[in-house]
Amino acid sequence: MTLPIAWTAVLAVALAGAAGARTIDVPPGPNAQEQLQAALIDARPGDTVRLAAGRFELSDGLSLDVARVTVAGAGPEKTILAFDHQKGEAEGLLITSNQVVVRDLAVENARANGIKSKGVDQISLVNLRVEWTGGPRATNGSYGVYPVASSNVLIDRVVVRGASDAGIYVGQSRNIIVQNSRAEFNVAGIEIENCYGADVHDNVSTHNAGGILIFDLPGLPQMGGHSTRVFHNRVVDNDTVNFAPKGNTVAGVPTGTGVMVMANRDVHVFDNVIDGNGSSAVMLVAYLQSFTDPAYNPLPRDIAVHGNHYGRNGFAPDFAGGPALARTFGGALPPVLWDGVDTFVHPDGASETIPARLAIGEGPVANLRLKRQGAPATGADPQVTPTLGSAVLAEPPAIRLPADQAGQ
Amino acid sequence: MRPGRFLLALALAAGAALCLGAAPPPPVDDSRLLDPTPAPSLADYRLFLDAGGRRPNRGVMPYALNTPLFSDYAVKRRYLYLPPGSTVDYRAEGPLAFPVGAALVKTFAFPADFRKPGEAVRVIETRLLIRKAEGWSAVTYVWNADQTRATPRRAGLRLPVSFVDARGRTRAFDYAVPNVNQCKQCHAQAGELGPIGPRARNLNGVFDYPGGAENQLGHWTRIGRLRGAPPPEAAPRTPRWDDTAQPLASRARAYLDANCGHCHSRAGLASNSGLYLTLEETDPDVLGVGKRPVAAGKGSGDLEVAIDPGHPARSILLYRMASTEPGVMMPQLGRSLGHDEGVALIRDWIAAMPAKTGATTP
Repeated sequence: MTLPIAWTAVLAVALAGAAGARTIDVPPGPNAQEQLQAALIDARPGDTVRLAAGRFELSDGLSLDVARVTVAGAGPEKTILAFDHQKGEAEGLLITSNQVVVRDLAVENARANGIKSKGVDQISLVNLRVEWTGGPRATNGSYGVYPVASSNVLIDRVVVRGASDAGIYVGQSRNIIVQNSRAEFNVAGIEIENCYGADVHDNVSTHNAGGILIFDLPGLPQMGGHSTRVFHNRVVDNDTVNFAPKGNTVAGVPTGTGVMVMANRDVHVFDNVIDGNGSSAVMLVAYLQSFTDPAYNPLPRDIAVHGNHYGRNGFAPDFAGGPALARTFGGALPPVLWDGVDTFVHPDGASETIPARLAIGEGPVANLRLKRQGAPATGADPQVTPTLGSAVLAEPPAIRLPADQAGQ
Repeated sequence: MRPGRFLLALALAAGAALCLGAAPPPPVDDSRLLDPTPAPSLADYRLFLDAGGRRPNRGVMPYALNTPLFSDYAVKRRYLYLPPGSTVDYRAEGPLAFPVGAALVKTFAFPADFRKPGEAVRVIETRLLIRKAEGWSAVTYVWNADQTRATPRRAGLRLPVSFVDARGRTRAFDYAVPNVNQCKQCHAQAGELGPIGPRARNLNGVFDYPGGAENQLGHWTRIGRLRGAPPPEAAPRTPRWDDTAQPLASRARAYLDANCGHCHSRAGLASNSGLYLTLEETDPDVLGVGKRPVAAGKGSGDLEVAIDPGHPARSILLYRMASTEPGVMMPQLGRSLGHDEGVALIRDWIAAMPAKTGATTP
């Protein structure tokens, strides 16, 4: 193979294996931007771009558009892609090619999102740290890791701190695993939005405003989110005051939310530890805003919640009508809250009622019995029961990624 | 040597002797354009007759767009090269269909003082989009300080640029030469690289040719380089964004189409936003009216909707257009400065929209 002469000095290229897969080594240094971006452009399918330990000071976002490339650092505390002085682009690293693995490195202080993939198949983000090092601030970037419109998404052993929207966010994607990860001091810890098929398990989501959000929003190419399992997570002490810029959906998430399911179906929340969340342990709610998308269903339905360990939650509800409700219940809300909405008005004016079909195995559960989608909790007429609903709801199948997906 | 050949050679030699240098210059190097590897110097393609890339070779036709992308006020010179005997096929929608071997050439330059636009012009880069058998390929050449040689920069570059603008203000910033991935971020639809500007509706305007002003589609048809085009008056037309004789909304939509529509389209990089700004879109919801942000983050500027009719100051779209902060500003690529005149146009357009009283507008 040949490389431009300028690069042979800085890229030690070693042939490895019969297939000719190469390792392109990139050191940090004053010309890191051009060297690293050149390596990401010059990589061929099968190659590894290996980043040495050290701090890569970058002036612009990086991008990768070659399939079957692994970008690997020396560890999330050793190889740091630093975007403190980023002049352009929104992402730290943008991936637009299939079968890419990013592992063993950190992305710090990206101007918008840390690592984004758009429209790709098989994206594996493994053993990463994405952080805004100044702590929670509204001026921090939006998402730490951000696969969108992608399929076969693996997020494993990723730590995100400080995102002004969601630390770990997967949107409009299908077949997703988020595991063994930690999200803290973000607005939302982990958010699965407009997705089909996700397993979110064995993560820690703590000190965010909201721990784990399963949402569906109107007006997007992929809508009708469904089939998510949230299990074996520790969703504890989500107590960072919501610092999202207004206008964003997560700005409406009450500080101290444990797990929130909004406008989604076939969501099963089980065997989690949910403790220390001041607003509520588990909230099942309809989309709150008006909408014009005729295909949108704003209601949560076919939801199972069982086997969770609830500690102390709901002691400081941060939403309109919340404190009054807490007083009604003797100081704290029951661990599970359902807004009780099963009716919404289509944009054409037709009203539709869809039975929620719930299976909430243990509570107590507060049904706020709100009359319609968009009604504030100040109009609640709450009813508390030990359990709620006895619908027989098949658990979504476990997510399996393709056997050949790298990074597993 | 046969007599005919001899006479021809004699005539050529005599011609060369009589007017030194008048021998036809070598044509554009078609095989070099089609080579998988970019040439080490822009001059190798022979697209231009001079080392500075100012005088186009034969077959390299200048053109202009009715409404172009704003690029930090850079002056852009655009050319289309077509191999001998080849033609462009007309398409009513989308880019025209260019033949294999075609090249779109765009040079970015800054005069030192926009009040004297012909003087002290610094050429920064020349971008090529080349139509190869397997599809389009993009490469950009950056000019040296002497303005005598341009070499490829695949990984992009930032260059300090400063100029005095039309109002006499000094503007200094880091101009970004895009890397090849960034070329694709704007130029790809559904992952396929291609041209953005040269579509029938944006070419359907008058160009000042050496032989006189003429509609570009008509001119290309008349000289036999464009097939299948209707008469220009029957073809679609993108309004000029700066033609104040046109309705405000038409100009605003043309501006958004050229500056946002390549990414904010159903097959563009921002397809996941649900905000689509091409001229072909008609649904106010997808154009941003009352549309809530999805992944804007701090780009929302604490505002609720992309366009709040009658209220430009409450519209995220305008906020992001006016910003120069990475992560907030739109477009994300291709500018470091704000476009005062474009921002003013969109502000006027939103202000002129009848204010709504629906629940979607606060």
